[in-house]
Amino acid sequence: MQALEINNLTKTYRNGFTALRGIDLNVAEGDFFALLGPNGAGKTTAIGIITSLVNKTSGTVKVFGHDIDTELEAAKSCIGVVPQEINLNQYDTAYNCVYNQAGFYGLGAARARERTEAVLRELQLYDRRSDIARNFSGGMKRRLMIARALVHEPRLLMLDEPTAGVDIEIRRSMWEFLRRINEQGTTIILTTHYLEEAENLCRHVGIIDAGRIVENDRMSNVLRKLHQEVFVLSLSEPVPTGFTLPDFNLLAVNEHEVEVEVHKGQDLNDLFAALGARGIRVASMRNKSNRLEELFMRLVERRDRERAEATAEAEVRV
Amino acid sequence: MNLRGQLTALGTIARKETLRIVRIWVQTIVPPVITMTLYFVIFGNLIGRRIGDMGGFEYMQYMAPGLIMMSVISNSYGNVVSSFFAAKFQGHLQEMIVAPMQSWVIILGHVAGGVVRGLAVGTVVTIVALFFTKVEVQHPLIAISMLVLTAVVFSLGGMINAIFARKFDDVSIIPTFVLGPLTYLGGVFYTTALLPEFWADVSRFNPILYMVNGFRYGMLGVSDIDVGVAYAIILSFLVIAFAACYYMISRGIGIRD
Repeated sequence: MQALEINNLTKTYRNGFTALRGIDLNVAEGDFFALLGPNGAGKTTAIGIITSLVNKTSGTVKVFGHDIDTELEAAKSCIGVVPQEINLNQYDTAYNCVYNQAGFYGLGAARARERTEAVLRELQLYDRRSDIARNFSGGMKRRLMIARALVHEPRLLMLDEPTAGVDIEIRRSMWEFLRRINEQGTTIILTTHYLEEAENLCRHVGIIDAGRIVENDRMSNVLRKLHQEVFVLSLSEPVPTGFTLPDFNLLAVNEHEVEVEVHKGQDLNDLFAALGARGIRVASMRNKSNRLEELFMRLVERRDRERAEATAEAEVRV
Repeated sequence: MNLRGQLTALGTIARKETLRIVRIWVQTIVPPVITMTLYFVIFGNLIGRRIGDMGGFEYMQYMAPGLIMMSVISNSYGNVVSSFFAAKFQGHLQEMIVAPMQSWVIILGHVAGGVVRGLAVGTVVTIVALFFTKVEVQHPLIAISMLVLTAVVFSLGGMINAIFARKFDDVSIIPTFVLGPLTYLGGVFYTTALLPEFWADVSRFNPILYMVNGFRYGMLGVSDIDVGVAYAIILSFLVIAFAACYYMISRGIGIRD
């Protein structure tokens, strides 16, 4: 079953700005889906429409088969949302922020208490449940928003840049938590600017740019579209100055480290074999840059190039 | 979400709003009590003694129902406009918009908060009035129903104001420039029998006149207008205000992009 089906979704704001230009998107139940794109690409608008915070201009959205035009309440019941901006009632206690949300979804008092305590414990906020949200750190506020979004046990969790501004330790603990609830069956749609986050967590990725979906595929397939990758190899033995390898482009060489460009079609085994033939052992290896980030930048650069060409063409016509 | 779920959500908003009133009682309950005490001392006690009787009652006794109603009007309106606008401004209104609540639940939950505050302040002002004058209740059902219906109407009015408000200034414009003058000219301090005929007729376009006089009838048994007409006008305003709120919340006017 599809957790989310979007067809030809458009949104033009009252000021004339078109944020979405007919996007189609399907997210399967149980998936961990990354929705990526530069600022202003339309990610937050798309999430806003799905969660009914933004009115759409046209198109259809179905959540677990419930059309938001005809079965809005049923669709809303399936969704938990963590918005980009902190939108907690800052003067309420952490407990009340979550407990009230349970009530808004119709959970009776006993069930609401039980769920509130459970999610606060899961997000490691139970000990601070009586503190008002305003006194929380940025990371704690983010975790509190996740707890609030999960209190009614949604089948689809939508996170709009949930780890923005939180330190790496908290970010990693949030990743673990999200992985766990995804394994337990919650479908997750994540927007993020930390592409490493998307690459680590998500199985499918949609890239949105200027209101259009420009990529929508398995993460592995999208990454495979990269024509080249740069690996940094740490070597057990020093290499001589002017060291080269046939068939491979070495971008930088120092005594114990080389940067190697590996093109699509080239085999890493050949690289290791070439090094081995010279008696050089590789101690460790890493990607120089985040692969998804590289792909993302190429898409954006391509868009900018196309826009510049279109502008130039228009100027010539004038 | 079934009806039981909707009622649970309604109870949650009402509880949240009531807790808010209690949490900030220094802002919600104390100021109107101080203001009304000053009205009793200055207008009732000091000036009122020189005025003598009004409508067949000692001036302070005549004024008391008007002051109680005035506090109910301003507090029920003020509660909803400030709470709903703050929720909109700080973004936590989204908690309710994303939930599967029907529009009437969001409206009635906030109205419940407005009514609770209006009646809480009205009760405390009534207790204050007991220190200054004799408080009678000739028709308890009429008195209570007038207070509750008026609180509902002005809670809905506060919500309409909050829906349209874009900045904090917008929240104070209506109470300052519309509600205040209408209340002071709505028969709180005088009977329209004192006015020249033209101004007495003009006063009849002021809906607050009907609320104040309806409540005064419930308390003292006297009124400048027919109580049946007062009910008809209050209920008409209630239906119109509720329909307006329902339309705007359902359409997302002022609360969704």
